[in-house]
Amino acid sequence: MTSLTNSIGPDLPAAALTSAGGDVPDYFALLKPRVMVLVIFTALVGMAVSHGHVQPAIGAISLLAIAVGAGASGCLNMWWDADIDAVMSRTATRPIPAGKITSEEALGFGLFLSVASVLVLGLTANWLAAGLLAFTIVFYAVVYSMWLKRATAQNIVIGGAAGALPPVIGQAVVTGSIGIESLILFAIIFIWTPPHFWALALIKADEYARAGIPMMPNVAGPASTRRQIVWYSLFLAPLGLVPVALGFGGILYAVIGVTGGLGMVAFSIRVLRNRQGDAEKRAAMGMFGFSILYLFALFSALLAEQSFGLFRPVLG
Amino acid sequence: MADPQIQYRPLTPEEEARRRKRSVAIALALGAWVLLFFVLTIVKLGPQILSRPL
Repeated sequence: MTSLTNSIGPDLPAAALTSAGGDVPDYFALLKPRVMVLVIFTALVGMAVSHGHVQPAIGAISLLAIAVGAGASGCLNMWWDADIDAVMSRTATRPIPAGKITSEEALGFGLFLSVASVLVLGLTANWLAAGLLAFTIVFYAVVYSMWLKRATAQNIVIGGAAGALPPVIGQAVVTGSIGIESLILFAIIFIWTPPHFWALALIKADEYARAGIPMMPNVAGPASTRRQIVWYSLFLAPLGLVPVALGFGGILYAVIGVTGGLGMVAFSIRVLRNRQGDAEKRAAMGMFGFSILYLFALFSALLAEQSFGLFRPVLG
Repeated sequence: MADPQIQYRPLTPEEEARRRKRSVAIALALGAWVLLFFVLTIVKLGPQILSRPL
């Protein structure tokens, strides 16, 4: 039996120039499974806060379609970014730069899953939800990956919209429309994204510089980035409490929102103060880790209150 | 006519094993795809699936 030797471009290491096809886990890795889990979770919360009912099988298939759509956009992102992934330690082991899967295979895989996921969501739920999923995929793969990422320091600010859309898609699945609840969740994820990623970018600034990615620490400098992390955190803390004011976040959510919001501000001030050596690295990684915990706790509280009968109103 | 620019080589046993696993995964995915549309049809149409006009 024979195999066609593939070439995937001049900018990749020699290991990536030939491939006889990857192993099954390599294709799964192209879908960014950890991001898929986060997308399923936030879309589920978007469904939970919606005033409506969805047949469980319809809801489950819709979540699967949303997750596969998110995975497809991750796959297209890896296809486009293979050259810069190869020069960054965090991403050099991804299937394309590691030479396990060719660029063409990833492109075909990503395009197929994009179309299939949108089609399935449209047939399962409704075409508003499917349209939003298609918009999310295009926004992440084209607007963020192909344009913003290499063009502006505001890349992850604007590109964060793609990661913030799953709750909106979730609500569209249940109600066939977009409501204020999912838009607030969109805003929370959107404002949460910059301080979360810039904390990581602060300690990976050298790698981003080597890859030619204009992240905020490389363009505006670490000092400005630290100040912006604080400003975003100061804005995020009260924004995280809007669900309480609008009546779909209860006492449990309020407690987590207040303590978590104060934690975000405290961690951001720690980042602002610790500017050198190990202390700088610890502060940035602390901010990065706590931001994940904060968002997960906020959304878990909403899910618990709306789906498991734990909702107790704060106001009356 | 074969393109002289394209070079072919035999697959190693490891590559053949990987290809077999990929084929199985594709078969399972296709089966899941069919099952998904079957479930979707039953759920969307419900009992009406048996009472359609002939």
